[in-house]
Amino acid sequence: MSYTKRFDGRKNDETRKIKIELDIIPNADGSALFAFGDTIAMAAVYGPKQLHPQHMQNPKKGLLRVKYDMMSFSVTERKRPGPNRRGTEISKVTEWALSEVVELDAFPNTVVDVHIMIPQANASTRVAGINAACLALARAGVPMKEMCSAVSIGKLDKTLVVDVIKEEEDYEEGEGATDIALAFSSRSKKILLLQLDGQISADELKEAIQLGSKTCDKINEQLKDAIKALGKEE
Amino acid sequence: MTEEIREEVREEKSRELVVPGEVIVSGEDFLPGDWTKREGKDIIASRFGLAEKSGRLVKIIPLSGIYMPRSGNIVIGNVTDVTFNGWLIDINAPYSGFLPLAETPRFVSKEDLQEFIGIGDIVVAKVDSVKSKGVDLTIKIRGLGKKEDGMIIKVNPSKVPRIIGREGSMINLIKQETGCDIVVGQNGLVWIKGNTVLEELFAKESIIEITKRSFISGLTEKMERWFKENKNKSMEKEE
Repeated sequence: MSYTKRFDGRKNDETRKIKIELDIIPNADGSALFAFGDTIAMAAVYGPKQLHPQHMQNPKKGLLRVKYDMMSFSVTERKRPGPNRRGTEISKVTEWALSEVVELDAFPNTVVDVHIMIPQANASTRVAGINAACLALARAGVPMKEMCSAVSIGKLDKTLVVDVIKEEEDYEEGEGATDIALAFSSRSKKILLLQLDGQISADELKEAIQLGSKTCDKINEQLKDAIKALGKEE
Repeated sequence: MTEEIREEVREEKSRELVVPGEVIVSGEDFLPGDWTKREGKDIIASRFGLAEKSGRLVKIIPLSGIYMPRSGNIVIGNVTDVTFNGWLIDINAPYSGFLPLAETPRFVSKEDLQEFIGIGDIVVAKVDSVKSKGVDLTIKIRGLGKKEDGMIIKVNPSKVPRIIGREGSMINLIKQETGCDIVVGQNGLVWIKGNTVLEELFAKESIIEITKRSFISGLTEKMERWFKENKNKSMEKEE
């Protein structure tokens, strides 16, 4: 039996309901909340500001520093607070993805700090985090080449689905579940992040990337509309 | 005659909200200005803000972001350290400001540095030069220097031009209506000194009102009305 009907009744190429809020943290230079249904990510941006320790300073351009963490109550089994292997890895890949879009040549010897927090998780947290961080960066007035957006694609048995939830991640029938995190830039359509957990054939992966690119374009429009709505209020 | 010119300028200037990576205009006729760049035929925004086309030039007016020091700016800062030949001042920018001993209005002996300006003091200074590492300040001009009293409020640095207004029209209006002495630093710090605390609070309230309504055109006239409406309330409090 193949995977035909999704656990929450969505279409295969449909994301969960997207919720976007801006300026949620008054003390940050820019902040945003991005939610895929019950997966919520909050991002705060501080800077550009002076970088310490000094040996990390780059006299040619500014540095981007990302910190991702899940709150201890975000998952059913309590997550031990503090940095761990998984959090450090996600911080690193998010940093690499966002470094491709920000442009800090005008701010040598400085740092832009991005803090991503997950108050509630139901899979796809890293992609929600990237979306929130991108919004917060734009809101903070950090110079950027373009925007970016991210989505997770799942292969459950032989079916490709968009925006994976926890139950789908744990799907075991047939070929089992493969979970692919993808991030694309808005204009040049570069792949900024591609992580894969599971097994997939080359052809299927190409198809998954195409599906991801299409969904990311849609998400990008929503990000754009949200930030523009905020500018109109001002 | 002047009326006509003004009409023309209004027609040529159009503003629209853009996000990074968005194409503002395409074609060879336009020139990329602040925070925009050319990519093939298109002119691309590289920052969130209002894109303004004035004639052939396209530029972005940022709506948010930190303060970047430029030489000639008046800034307000907090003294963080006293060194052997000057003061280190936090000016709310990515780079800290340095006020050398030689840039004081009168002679200060090296032993009296701490007495002249100490750690935690508020200083109004002018940006003398911006170098690759750090900003040099000066207080040699009249009106600059340490502030002993009054209050400080913090606003978004991108709203500062609105608080000052065209040729200082807005700031003069606030000074007139509240009777306060006000210094607006380009870095987003505002120093207010009135005869009473109530006057200062009224001035603070009016500045916050401006930052909230900063993108309405004809704001100075609207603020005149705001002052008429709110002045009575603040008088009542006084009584």
